[in-house]
Amino acid sequence: MTDRATPRAPWPLVALGALGLLIVVVPLAGLAWRAPWTDLPSLVSSPVVRDALMLSLVTSVLATLCSVVVGVPLAWLLARVPFPGRRVVRGLITLPMVLPPVVGGAALLFALGRRGLIGEPLAELTGFVMPFSIWAVVVANTFVALPFLVITVEGALLGLDQRYEQAAASLGASRLHVLRRVTLPAIAPSLWAGAVLAWARALGEFGATITFAGNLPGRTQTLPLAVFVSLESDRDTAVAISLVLVAVSLSVLIGLRRRWWSP
Amino acid sequence: MGAVIRWGWALCVAVAVAGCGGAARSGDGSVAQRETVLVLAASSLTEAFAEIEEAFEAANPRFDVQLSLAGSPSLVVQVEEGIPADVVATASTATMARAATAGALADEPVPFATNRLVIAVPVGNPEGISGPADLARPELLVGVCAAGVPCGDAATEVLDRAGVEAAIDTYEPNVRALLAKLVDGELDVVLVYETDVLAGLGSVEAVELSEDVTVTATIAPLVDAPHPDGARAFVAFVISPQGRRILTDNGFALP
Repeated sequence: MTDRATPRAPWPLVALGALGLLIVVVPLAGLAWRAPWTDLPSLVSSPVVRDALMLSLVTSVLATLCSVVVGVPLAWLLARVPFPGRRVVRGLITLPMVLPPVVGGAALLFALGRRGLIGEPLAELTGFVMPFSIWAVVVANTFVALPFLVITVEGALLGLDQRYEQAAASLGASRLHVLRRVTLPAIAPSLWAGAVLAWARALGEFGATITFAGNLPGRTQTLPLAVFVSLESDRDTAVAISLVLVAVSLSVLIGLRRRWWSP
Repeated sequence: MGAVIRWGWALCVAVAVAGCGGAARSGDGSVAQRETVLVLAASSLTEAFAEIEEAFEAANPRFDVQLSLAGSPSLVVQVEEGIPADVVATASTATMARAATAGALADEPVPFATNRLVIAVPVGNPEGISGPADLARPELLVGVCAAGVPCGDAATEVLDRAGVEAAIDTYEPNVRALLAKLVDGELDVVLVYETDVLAGLGSVEAVELSEDVTVTATIAPLVDAPHPDGARAFVAFVISPQGRRILTDNGFALP
């Protein structure tokens, strides 16, 4: 603690803040308390868990890449181009953050399922059926993860001093060139933060996945689905997988916070 | 900003006070009010228990039944973790045995209905499914319930008996999630209960299995039931002639 001028914090803030922390920590303590610590290595190295971990890593990284590829342009348009209906678009893009994921999964089925709005013509033309495939997992993950990336990047763009971009433009750089050489490097930390948040959300995705992609070990059964299924049959495995998820997410998020808050 | 914080405080305090006041009132006035009997029931019992709830409440105005529906293993986990419910009704005796082992049941579980597994397909049977062997066809989208869920264990029994290595595309967490995907046209063929085909609103039909695989639904009051009277009354109603008639109307057989 090297901060200047920090007299003692007012006790109501300390008490309520501590309560807030407990709301998060107590359930984690419950998880740790139930954990079969001695059997942990053998439990998390079982084939089912290995398959689920692999699938989770692959699909969450793919979903993050998709989110970056479409999310950065979207965030740039929202932050830099005044177009009619921008507020509506902002609302729409954040909707998956508040929508129950199972609703998202059902909506994806109605749109991309075999009898869906786009899914039916797609299946007739190409024979490709998305539900119950690994692509359904990636799409469900992208659906819930995209808002985290867009909001973070848009916020960074809005906070960026536009004089650098204007200077580059006045020297003759095209908008795309300015974006690549000036804007993106300047907001790189936020882009990372958004990507990691999106990835963490994708890694933990459950409701949209089980609704849209089903549950098949090795193909669509991600770690959260494996937890859900084993919670009812094999509690120790469920707790072990949960600890893996907590450890992976926590280490990434702690690293992220440090990057985020440092100037 | 200061005003916002002050109003926030006021609101928090108001909610807290109202919460306490409300709790105290319902504690004092519960004699006059209807008692809420919380019944945990397997997904396959959805329609039958909705009707039983209505008939039970009509016969016992003192009680207000609330149904909490989920796959049987989910219910057993809730019971094992001490959910303050009054009654549990599972789709199979195997899942109920786990609740009994945990010492959560107030009485011996009572078998009250049996259900047969069937192959369910869209009406008209467009893929020409005739038996379990068709579940091995790789071009079809095949769904069953997950292992541990009664309909999943029964499905495994059907496939094992037929010696079929099924090309399964999804293991759904409960029978109604599975049925919904058949009704929506996302799956071609599923293994569900006979009663589920009745609940499929005319959009699905059954292909009978040559060998019967049945599960027996059981019900028991919970040892920590907040309303033990209501719990016993509800169990008694389910196995009464009126309860049995509702069950058979919904396609269940009696044990």
